[in-house]
Amino acid sequence: MAAGVAAWLPFARAAAIGWMPVANCPMPLAPADKSKRQDELIVLNVSGRRFQTWRTTLERYPDTLLGSTEKEFFFNEDTKEYFFDRDPEVFRCVLNFYRTGKLHYPRYECISAYDDELAFYGILPEIIGDCCYEEYKDRKRENAERLMDDNDSENNQESMPSLSFRQTMWRAFENPHTSTLALVFYYVTGFFIAVSVITNVVETVPCGTVPGSKELPCGERYSVAFFCLDTACVMIFTVEYLLRLFAAPSRYRFIRSVMSIIDVVAIMPYYIGLVMTNNEDVSGAFVTLRVFRVFRIFKFSRHSQGLRILGYTLKSCASELGFLLFSLTMAIIIFATVMFYAEKGSSASKFTSIPASFWYTIVTMTTLGYGDMVPKTIAGKIFGSICSLSGVLVIALPVPVIVSNFSRIYHQNQRADKRRAQKKARLARIRVAKTGSSNAYLHSKRNGLLTEALELMGTPEEEHMGKTTSLIESQHHHLLHCLEKTTGLSYLVDDPLLSVRTSTIKNHEFIDEQMFEQNCMESSMQNYPSTRSPSLSSHPGLTTTCCSRRSKKTTHLPNSNLPATRLRSMQELSTIHIQGSEQPSLTTRPLPTTSNESQGIQGKTKVKCHK
Amino acid sequence: MGAVMGTFSSLQTKQRRPSKDKIEDELEMTMVCHRPEGLEQLEAQTNFTKRELQVLYRGFKNECPSGVVNEETFKQIYAQFFPHGDASMYAHYLFHAFDTTQTGSVKFEDFVTALSILLRGTVHEKLRWTFNLYDINKDGYINKEEMMDIVKAIYDMMGKYTYPVLKEDTPRQHVDVFFQKMDKNKDGIVTLDEFLESCQEDDNIMRSLQLFQNVM
Repeated sequence: MAAGVAAWLPFARAAAIGWMPVANCPMPLAPADKSKRQDELIVLNVSGRRFQTWRTTLERYPDTLLGSTEKEFFFNEDTKEYFFDRDPEVFRCVLNFYRTGKLHYPRYECISAYDDELAFYGILPEIIGDCCYEEYKDRKRENAERLMDDNDSENNQESMPSLSFRQTMWRAFENPHTSTLALVFYYVTGFFIAVSVITNVVETVPCGTVPGSKELPCGERYSVAFFCLDTACVMIFTVEYLLRLFAAPSRYRFIRSVMSIIDVVAIMPYYIGLVMTNNEDVSGAFVTLRVFRVFRIFKFSRHSQGLRILGYTLKSCASELGFLLFSLTMAIIIFATVMFYAEKGSSASKFTSIPASFWYTIVTMTTLGYGDMVPKTIAGKIFGSICSLSGVLVIALPVPVIVSNFSRIYHQNQRADKRRAQKKARLARIRVAKTGSSNAYLHSKRNGLLTEALELMGTPEEEHMGKTTSLIESQHHHLLHCLEKTTGLSYLVDDPLLSVRTSTIKNHEFIDEQMFEQNCMESSMQNYPSTRSPSLSSHPGLTTTCCSRRSKKTTHLPNSNLPATRLRSMQELSTIHIQGSEQPSLTTRPLPTTSNESQGIQGKTKVKCHK
Repeated sequence: MGAVMGTFSSLQTKQRRPSKDKIEDELEMTMVCHRPEGLEQLEAQTNFTKRELQVLYRGFKNECPSGVVNEETFKQIYAQFFPHGDASMYAHYLFHAFDTTQTGSVKFEDFVTALSILLRGTVHEKLRWTFNLYDINKDGYINKEEMMDIVKAIYDMMGKYTYPVLKEDTPRQHVDVFFQKMDKNKDGIVTLDEFLESCQEDDNIMRSLQLFQNVM
């Protein structure tokens, strides 16, 4: 029942008096309305903006937050109003839903924010009115695609050591950037496709004459060489196809996919040629089969994203293309008939039959105008001109639809690529910002230990290292400290791989994350006397050397082998050690890591604490 | 060529203009808003308190922002309460019972007056209102055909999927029973006095009339 109509229920019940005299039996008792509450105004305070409405308005939808007793959880006794710490803009739409029964989706609103708010208030998005539903669904679909994209690229980048050989192979095939071997394979197959296609083309070029016979095409002159080339290409393609078939997660689905069909069609002619004998009548069919070798050029679509987009566009515009084809056919038949009958009278007319006129019509409608068939009668010329004009129109109509489809898909793809490229940098920045808190923990620990050391040295010290952390931060640090004590381990970098490998080190002292990270990075780039490799898996070697070089926390012996930046940071520490009164440039210490942005964010997070 | 097209279009607009004006006039008429008389007057005329009138008006205005209900809207509103059957005929009779001045639209005053009778009126008033409902042609008498129409309309509201299934002659039987009870002098029509007398004799009817006392 619609919202406003509920207000008319008293009227409907009153009108039921009209049935009473007609009824033969007594009526059931009416339900008693125990809550004789007068309709009252309630105040909803959403982030400071006050909305007021009747209680009955909200009670129209009892299965939502506002319509049920759930809102009592948000009741503020002091101000006698319901306070919600949510977005007032979206709340406006939600409240209008109660008032009018229609939920609208404002175009300026972000789709995920809107969804979150709806979920909070317990309203199903399906109730969105027809006026806004299409827009909502479109935006939701775009968002879902983006999420799927992000998930896909995330999955691709995760290093899952538990992949089987078959799965790694499939991943290598699908995404050549995963490893160098895949890249090599990618380029080799691309090269051979190109060779094969060029071979097919050059085969037919006339190559000079053998004395005593007519001009031969190159294919027949150097038939052995071409045959060898062809064999080599086909062997590579066959091997590739078999490898893909082996690696495919679902072999049945792989066999049915378009690319695999193209592969098969590309290599079939060769094998059929091998099998068939040099029989004269069969070789005619064999020659036709060689045409299919040109399908090898479609194998390039694995290598080119633009080709794939084009294919996808054509597939998605199938209905427009179908319409184009249908209307063209209709027009061709009409005009061919007309031209035939118009030119019937003229002598030596080329328009011998209606199908013969098809050729003229097609050539004219597509504005080619070869000129091999021209009308000679006046009527023929008139209809011919009408034909060419209408041809332009008929072809021009569906083309913009196809073009806009292509452009939309192409831009979507470009945006996806851009997002993927930016994603890495973005995630790195986010990670640095998030680890700020745990870095602060390590800093504060270091501060604490330094103050201990200073006290040990006897220099009178005021709490200059002191309360730079807020209450929340100190509580968080305390929590981390408790965890360390509980497990007997200690915090390092928050890369799961590293922490797993290095947590086995029973070194209960904390290790400076920055120094560690930077150390490992720098040493991997320089001639460090240990294993050097860009991949993470070799870090244990570095780890042990890094950590073994550490002696005591407070006295870092400057080691000439170590990279200069580490030296610098250690010098700074010793500076603080000496100059006790200096304000903790520790907290604003320039990070030895490379990116300036992380420094900026670190600085910012620190400043927030001060506030 | 441009001149030809120009004269063409002007001819067409000339033809279209009178009908367009008519449509605009119609629209203007329906756009006319009706505002009810003051709250105090209505309170005096009916048996409702101010608060009750406020609640009633809010509901009324929500569904009919223009201030008047026409038959179509009335039928739609009433049909929402009986989704299984066809409430249009009964709503039609109801509309004409509400529309005392037979203008084709029910204003808030009519609405509230009728509700006042139905919910807060005396037994006499209620019965007279019901008689008025049954008397479709408003001639002061109820004959069998009118009663048949009313009873059929009531059965229509039930819809097709009932248990037991509605038989063809059930309405007719119902009407016969009714006439047996109401028609004192057996002349085939029921007058207002016969109706009032018969209803007051029947306890069931008396009791059911008090059923909706607390609807507001």
